This record gives sequence, C-alpha cells and structure tokens, in this order.
Amino acid sequence: MIAEFGYGIALVSFLVAVYSVVAAVYGATKKSASLVESSRRGMLLTFPLITIAAGSLIYLLVTNHFEVAFVYEVTSRSMPTYLKITAWWGGQAGSLLFWSWLLAAFASAVTIRKWDRDIEFLPWVVMVCSVTLVFFLGMVVFYENPFTRYWLVNGNVEPHMFQPALATIFTPQDGNGLNPLLRHPGMVIHPPMLYLGFVSYVIPYAFAMAALITGRTDDRWIRLTRRWSLWAWLFLSFGLVLGGRWAYDVLGWGGYWGWDPVEIAAFMPWLTGTAFLHSVMIQEKRGMLKHWNMILVILTYALVIFGTFLTRSGVLSSVHAFANSPIGPLFMAFVSATLIASIALVIYRWPQLRGETEMKSMLSREALFLLNNLLFMSVLVICFWGVMFPLVSELFTGQKVTVGPPFYERATAPIFAGLMFLMGVAPLSAWGHSTVKTLGRAMWKSALIALGVTVILFLTYTKNYIALIGFFLIALVILVTAQEFWRGARARQRSQNENFFSALSRLMGRNRRRYGGYIIHISMMLMAIGILGMEAFQTSTQGELAKGDALDISGYSVKYRELASWDDTGKGVNFTRATMDIYKNGIYLGQLHPRIDYYFDSQQNMTIPGNRSTIKDDLYIILVDWQPTTAMGATFKIFVNPLVNWLWVGSLLFLVGIIFAAWPDRDPAEEISRRGITQSANQPSAAD
Amino acid sequence: MQRTKFILGGLLILAAVVYLIVSSTQASAEYFMTVDEVKAKGAQAVGQSLRLSGAVMGDTIKYDSATLTLTFDIAHVSGDNAEIEAQGGLAKVLSEAVNDPTRQHVSVVYIGPKPDLLRGEAQAILTGKLDSDGVFHADELLLKCPTKYKQAVPDQAEANK
Repeated sequence: MIAEFGYGIALVSFLVAVYSVVAAVYGATKKSASLVESSRRGMLLTFPLITIAAGSLIYLLVTNHFEVAFVYEVTSRSMPTYLKITAWWGGQAGSLLFWSWLLAAFASAVTIRKWDRDIEFLPWVVMVCSVTLVFFLGMVVFYENPFTRYWLVNGNVEPHMFQPALATIFTPQDGNGLNPLLRHPGMVIHPPMLYLGFVSYVIPYAFAMAALITGRTDDRWIRLTRRWSLWAWLFLSFGLVLGGRWAYDVLGWGGYWGWDPVEIAAFMPWLTGTAFLHSVMIQEKRGMLKHWNMILVILTYALVIFGTFLTRSGVLSSVHAFANSPIGPLFMAFVSATLIASIALVIYRWPQLRGETEMKSMLSREALFLLNNLLFMSVLVICFWGVMFPLVSELFTGQKVTVGPPFYERATAPIFAGLMFLMGVAPLSAWGHSTVKTLGRAMWKSALIALGVTVILFLTYTKNYIALIGFFLIALVILVTAQEFWRGARARQRSQNENFFSALSRLMGRNRRRYGGYIIHISMMLMAIGILGMEAFQTSTQGELAKGDALDISGYSVKYRELASWDDTGKGVNFTRATMDIYKNGIYLGQLHPRIDYYFDSQQNMTIPGNRSTIKDDLYIILVDWQPTTAMGATFKIFVNPLVNWLWVGSLLFLVGIIFAAWPDRDPAEEISRRGITQSANQPSAAD
Repeated sequence: MQRTKFILGGLLILAAVVYLIVSSTQASAEYFMTVDEVKAKGAQAVGQSLRLSGAVMGDTIKYDSATLTLTFDIAHVSGDNAEIEAQGGLAKVLSEAVNDPTRQHVSVVYIGPKPDLLRGEAQAILTGKLDSDGVFHADELLLKCPTKYKQAVPDQAEANK
C-alpha cells in the first residue's frame, strides 16, 4: 500500500518535472510570462512531492517492510533506527531518489529568489534543473525502482512493482542488512556530503546554460552563482575528506586514499570545480577566459553525473563493472547528450565570449591563474586516463591493462608540487603585469626562511630529498601567505589608525573571498604535511604475539595484554577486542584496543584499528588474527604514520576558510569594488 | 610575441603531462588476466605485473598467523562481465567455478593481514607477479562477495522453492 503510494508520487513528480521542461521551453520561446511562471511552480512542486515519496520509502525502511526489495537489501531487524533511515542512500535505487530530492530542494531554493533583473534566465534555469531531475526521476521510476516488491509466482519469488496475476506477496523474515563497513558515522554523512556537492554544481551549470541560450554572456551568471559554487566546493571537499577519514578509521589498511576508481570519480569534479573557482575571478576582474569558464562548468556538471554513476554502481574494483548495471548505458547517453549540447552552445556563442583584454605578462596574476588552471586540468587528464586506460587498452590491443596507485602518485606528484609553488607566487603577483624582479623582491625573505627550515629539517629530521622539496614548498607557501596577512593588516593599521588586530579582522571581513582563499591555501599546506608524512615516512611491522610479548617500532613498544571476545545479540555482532599496553622509550603511555567486529546478518568482519594520535605521529594497530584457545597468541599489524594528524587539522582549518569565504557579506555595496576604479563607490549595488 | 610565448608555454606543459602519463603508465601497467590466460601464456607471464581474477576455493584457504602468510587457490572465471551475466550472474558463475573439477587453478600467496571478505566463492582480484613455479605472489587483494551484491531473490526465498 505504502509502496504503491510512494511509487505513485514518484511517478507524479516525474510527470511534473517533464511538464516543467516543456512549459519552460515553450514559455521562453513564445515569450509567455504565465507559462514560465507555471513551469516555475511545477519546479517548486517537485520538492514536496519527492519529499512525500522519500518519506514513504523511509517509512518502509524503518518499519521492516522486507517485502520491498530495497528494504530487504539494505536493512535488517538488528539495525538501529537512525541507520535504517540513512540506509536510504545505502543502495543504488534509494540514492537516486535521494539525489533527486536534493536537486529538487536546491532548484526550488533558486527559483524562489527574486528574479527581477534576471527574469530572462528563469525559464532556462528551470529547464536545465528539470531536465536533470527528469533524468534522475526517470531512473527511479523506470529502472531502479526502490519500491519494487517480492511476489510469489508459481512457487518462485520474483521482484515486481505491481501484483502479477495469481501472485501473493512474499515477505522475507529478515533483511540482508547494510554492509557493516557503511555503518560508521563517517559513512553515514560522507555520501550525503558528496551528493550535496555534486548537486550544488547543477545550479551554476544551469545559469551558465541560461546565459548561453539567452546570449547574456557577461559575468552576471557567475556573480549570481558564486555562492553556489563555493558551497558546492565546500561540500565536495568535505565529503572527500570524510571519505578519507572513514577509510583510515574503518578499513584498517593504514591509509586514507587508495586511488580507486570510485574515489577518483569524486575527485575529478573537485579538480574542475577548483579550477573554476580560480578562473571565474579572472573573468570578474579582467573579463578574460570566458570560454574557458563555460567549458569548466560544463565539464564539472558532466563529471558530477559521471561521478554519481561511478560511485553508485557498487564497489567497483574494475572498470568492467560498468556493464553490470542496466543504468550504465543510460548514464553514458545522458552525459554525452548534455555534454554535446552544451559544447555546441558554447561554440554558437563563441564570438560573444571573447575576452575584453589580452593577457600581456607571463607573470601577471591572470597568467599565473591560467597556469594554475592548466595544472588542475593536467591532474584531471591523468586521473581520467587512469580510469579509462583499461577500456582504451582493450580497445586497441585486445589486452586489458590497468594502472594502480603508483601511476597516479608518480604522474601527479610533480604537478602538485607545481601547484604548491604557484600558491607561493601568485598571491604576490599583480593584475596585468609583474616581473621576475617585482616577484623576487616580494618573496626573497620568505624563500630564505623556507630554505633555512629545509636545512634544519635536513640536519635533524630526514635526508629524503623529495620530502625536503615538499617541506620547502610548504614552508614557502605558509610564509608568503602569512606575510600577505601581515602586510595588508599593517597597511590598514597605518592608513586607518586602528590597532593591529582590528585592522586585520576588518581587512579580512572586507575581502572575504581573498582572505578565505588564503586560509584555504594554508590549510592545504597543513594537509600536505600529513600527506608527505604518510607517503615518505610511514613504517610498519607485524607479528604474532603471545600474551606479555611486545613488538617494537620507531621507539614505540606495543605489548599484548589480553583478548576478549563476546556476542552482542541485540546488535547482531560479535566483538573481539585486544588490549595493548603502549610504551614509548620505556614510558607507559596507555592502552589501545584494536578489534574485529563480526556481523552475523551479513557474515562480514569489520576491522577497527586502535589508534593513538599525536601531532608528531599516529600509532595505528590492527588486530589481524587470533587463536580461539586463549593460551595462544594473536597477530597484529602496526603502522607508525608520521605527521598524518596534520591532514585532519588542515581539513578543519580548510572548513573554517571556506565558510569564511562563503559567508554572506554584511554590506553588499562592497561588491562593486571589482574592476578597480572604473566604478565609483556610490553606484547602486549589483549584489545578489 | 607575447602570444607565441604563451603558446610555447602551453606546449611545454602539454609535453610534460604527456611525458608523465606515458612514463608512469609504462612503469605501473598491470595486465588484466584470467586463470586460463595465465596458464596459456605460461613462462611469458612470469615476472610481469598482473591483475589476476578468479574464484576463491574455500577449502584451500590457509593462514599462518605467525608469518602472516595467506595461501589459497583460485579457479578460472571469465573476465567478461557480459559473459558472466549471460551465465546467470556473478554468484552462480563463482559457485560453478569452485565446484567444477575441470577448471584450471592457480595457487596464490599473500603476506599480510587476512582480508575480512576472504571466503569460498568470493571473486578475488589480485595484483602481483607470477613466479617460475606458477605460484602467484599477490601484493594486493580485492575481494567481491556475491552475497554483498544485489541479487534479485533473497536467500530465504530460494530455500522455499
């Protein structure tokens, strides 16, 4: 009953979305304001409708309706209610509905805003959002229906939406249960974060398309969607970091990033999104790179759809899993169709998108931003090549060849180093024109101190030259950026006669994007410290220990004290937990408890490491195996992960920086300071 | 003049990226193979970086926790997903592979923690190299358990048939 109802509502919202597309296009071409308004209302209606459909699905999930195939697949009786709710996005069918719901929410939020001066964009924004919605809802309604139920037909159980002739409903006793690996708080919020990021990027894309279609190709669309792209970037970045943290905490392999296709799928839109974030500034300030920004936002949209598809088609260990899902070809068709249509529009508007100024100096800020973009694109190309290589090689040689993490590490490391160097130089360069001399004068002090830091590290910490180059760049960027804060605040302090701290806070408050960006640069450097530490200095040891025995690694001594194993029938889990005494240089530091949880419903283990985290290093212990007779020993693998904590510290600072940058300005009139002195401060604001 | 400089700069970056991609691909390429293909290649496959897939034989799994040495055999399964689907899905294909005595097998050695998902009739995707005795030394194990994958019909239902 509820299943039919939910399905019915999903179908209705699909039809409403189709109507919105038609009404928007027809209304825009016939210049009918009432039709456009009707399409807008249609768009607004999809959100409550999908909310009701989703509510029905959640009701089925929470109340153990295992006759519904989706409920059977992702929940079981032993799961707590909050996990049953989050199981909504724990499987493909549900997550497509979740995607649609988010998109409807965002599109509604956008269409509610005041459109006065941008009314010509409205129908096209509604159209692009609705087309995307039609696609996702179409998937839900026709291919990956989460409301499908099991029916007993002639003694066989078959999944159908509606009752086949002479069939009775079949209700399994208990569900399959959510994959235990996904029952972690990190994993509960990681997918929605990624999805929030993915879906938010639909909005800038929709405005870009509206700009191309209407021919209003100035930077209005960018300014209208600036905040959307920032929030999108925030969610996407945060989702990626959470995914890494989850892998570190739960997967028990001592790492946080494995360059597998699913991770790369989420990373690729992040790369184009980051490039976009930088290059729109050039368009706003200098009126250049208009074609390029269009292409970036189109690519980001395509990669978002592609990424949704990749992350959703299961845990792929090979690209060949593509073909596994019936929706694969449809996704490919949709991505190709939108990509071709969008690129065709860009070509059609090519003459209108010409730059207003020429790039003159190789070291000007715009040129360095362009270089930054090219480097991000290079990383993208490398990632794309890595993901696609097996298909390409099979096509041309008949032999399937894949590339693993070493490929990505080797190919991207020099480019990341280049990006870091740019972060050190670009903030010092001027719009229009800079020379080696002006840049050198601005950065020689920082470079000298960074060199000093590197020499000290060489003498005391490491002789690994790749790590030393990394540390030099990190120090350089942090110093240059800190100097920027210092210089700006000092200048304001002198001119406004304020004390240093209020000068600094006013300066930052008036230039949120700029200083938020600098905070993000510094946070990236902190994260880079963690990544360098893991890549260059991670050590590990392993062995079987009898009770009272110890393993030594990097000054730590890890002593096996005892092991306990018990069933928690309420949760449906068996816990096996070891107790380890930790000593460093003979001093007792405390205990760690690596454990293995065995889930009865899905017959799967989950390895939870015991981790002691300090700013210097992490001691990370995995319980590998144990003998059932307690007299015998247990086996452990131990990692020492130097500096990895900086990765998480950096992530938090990153969050601070981006929220700072995206926070609404108090005084919208500040916005018109763009393009330097051409506009006077009294002009009415062009704020969003 | 400026224009040519920019174009030259762009070409330089392009060349660097192409170089990075080509050299890194060569350095880390892994050849995807099935058990049958490895057996057919014989000595030629020795020493190459391979990604080998097959079905885990449950009763051959042995783990020596003192040395963290894991050994097991895998049986041939097709590497082509379309073919697997045509034969009735991954779970069925894996189960048939394990119970079919005529299939070719490869022994696998892996040093490290025993993966959570390792069990009979799992699909293993192994990265590593073949030694001259025909034993595969895996550096990395990826396991897929068909029970984790969506099956249209619940287990209880099959018991009812």
